[in-house]
Amino acid sequence: MKILTGNDLKSGAVVWWDGRGWSLHVEDAVDAGDDADTIMAREEAARRVNVPYAIDGERSAEGRVRPAHIKDRIRALGPTVRPDLTLKPADPEAGNWVI
Amino acid sequence: MYKYDHYDQAMVDARVEEFRDQVRRRIEGHLTEDQFKSLRLMNGLYLQLHAYMLRVAVPYGTLSSAQMRALADIADKYDRGYGHFTTRQNIQYNWIKLEEAPDILADLAKVEMHAIQTSGNCIRNISSDQYAGAAADEEVDPRPYAELLRQWSTFHPEFLTLPRKFKICVIASEQDRAAMRLHDIGIRILRNEAGELGARFYVGGGMGRTPMIAPVIRDFVPLDQLITYSEACLRVYNRYGRRDNKFKARIKILVHEMGADEYTRQVEEEFAHLLSQGIEPPTAELERIRTYFQDPAFEHGALDALDRSDPDFALWVDRNTMAHKQAGYINATISLKPVGGIPGDASADQMRLMADLAERYSFDELRVTHAQNIVLPHVRKADLYEVWKQLDQAGLGTANIDQIDDIIACPGLDYCSLANARSIPVAQKISQRFAAGGKADALGELKLKISGCINACGHHHAGHIGILGVDRKGKENYQLLLGGSEAEDTSLGKITGPGFDEDGIVDAIERATDVYLRERGEGERFLDTYRRIGMEPFKEAIYG
Repeated sequence: MKILTGNDLKSGAVVWWDGRGWSLHVEDAVDAGDDADTIMAREEAARRVNVPYAIDGERSAEGRVRPAHIKDRIRALGPTVRPDLTLKPADPEAGNWVI
Repeated sequence: MYKYDHYDQAMVDARVEEFRDQVRRRIEGHLTEDQFKSLRLMNGLYLQLHAYMLRVAVPYGTLSSAQMRALADIADKYDRGYGHFTTRQNIQYNWIKLEEAPDILADLAKVEMHAIQTSGNCIRNISSDQYAGAAADEEVDPRPYAELLRQWSTFHPEFLTLPRKFKICVIASEQDRAAMRLHDIGIRILRNEAGELGARFYVGGGMGRTPMIAPVIRDFVPLDQLITYSEACLRVYNRYGRRDNKFKARIKILVHEMGADEYTRQVEEEFAHLLSQGIEPPTAELERIRTYFQDPAFEHGALDALDRSDPDFALWVDRNTMAHKQAGYINATISLKPVGGIPGDASADQMRLMADLAERYSFDELRVTHAQNIVLPHVRKADLYEVWKQLDQAGLGTANIDQIDDIIACPGLDYCSLANARSIPVAQKISQRFAAGGKADALGELKLKISGCINACGHHHAGHIGILGVDRKGKENYQLLLGGSEAEDTSLGKITGPGFDEDGIVDAIERATDVYLRERGEGERFLDTYRRIGMEPFKEAIYG
């Protein structure tokens, strides 16, 4: 599956295309399919996202979306060496999700 | 230290307002990202893995207490309570909001700081010896020359769009504590046989994907021709540097491909031409700058001894201090490498403590080292125990400078969008492994450096032990290098063989250090033993 990501223009936060807008949480990401280029062009032109791009995603056994590459998984979670600064600061298993 | 005059302040203030307007236009949609990118990079603002990252220049690594406090305040007000000191003696913030970036630059300008030329294909922050002006072994304080070069290179219209970024280092002692020969231009201030001061120019060094040690291209340039000769070096590079291929665009490639002799010939020709143009700044300007680098008001006759009765303090003194040029004083290095910590990171509170200690005990000065630590350069020996106690209470008392756990590590894949592998977790595991049982102590001086990609921000080529993180079919993999040095005996490490996973690289390093412990001769460091016995015994132990 192809999922779309980029950064919020003002805050710089990592965001994911959820089918209607941009979410902070990669689990909300949807398969953009053949519409990826159209969506990215439209959203960037409206400044709802900055420098969007498509990456490979996959679904876990529980059906949750996860980026296929470790770099994108770290990008989705936050720095593995500062769990307190990730999106899952209370989850002791968050780092394993990356690996 | 140097103080802005009204020209400096006016230029920096104007730049802040210019960038504020550029940010406004970007947010309102009058500029596209393609149009805006080069503008933000000119102001040190990157878009990194998680957010915008701001790199702030710390000229030749020198900071006042007020500046360090301002950096702490920025960390609290605009970031997440910490900053990361870099191998370029700068500081980076990882969680910056675009809309707040102009306010940060305005706050920096209030303490005579900025982020100008911390990115882009221009002359970057000038680096220097962290003990400049305080070291017992230097000929002269190199910082007035570094400052002159900073002023010459800032906004220099001819050199704002070079083929590639350009890094200059200035030192003034035989011992190299700044990786001088691994810079685009390395300058060593020294005396000739007549006792006159001059500059030896090394040109074409660097790390990255093609590491090279800079050759000497001129043994002695009179200091009243320093800028003219630098300009000649830059002009030849700007004329012939490869703009068609980013990977071949650094001056090291030009010097290598053109040949040092031909490059030198062209520089000398350009130098002769420039001498006739009279571009050297007036001597009065250097003298004006030099007045800002006068020695502080040292107490003459200060007690020149330390009470070493506290063994923990004595250990810290042995590891973390260096001789000062003034009797009764000492250079104290604050390690930002606690066991299992993140190399180079400091919290806002730690920054404030370091600022307070500098204000009270070090004539208001701090230095950032290229090894990602902080120096209090002028501490009275009589005050050192109190300084250490306060540092220790704040988690800043680690006694490990130049040991295996004093690791240089780039931000790696935890923060950097260019990285292929994480650096910090590897550094943490090595630090923990070798701290246990006192093995780090037994190894003595052993400089370990980790980069998360071939760009080598973590100086892996120059580590006695170097680690390079690579992407191997989507998995992090770590190559091991041995035999590098960034000191006066500069050398480039060699890869041992196939790479390892995150745990495997830690085991491999332990096996390499076991060889050293078994084979070392009297007084030999790890690097000395490696150079004497060669790679093979290490390879056998590592891959056995």
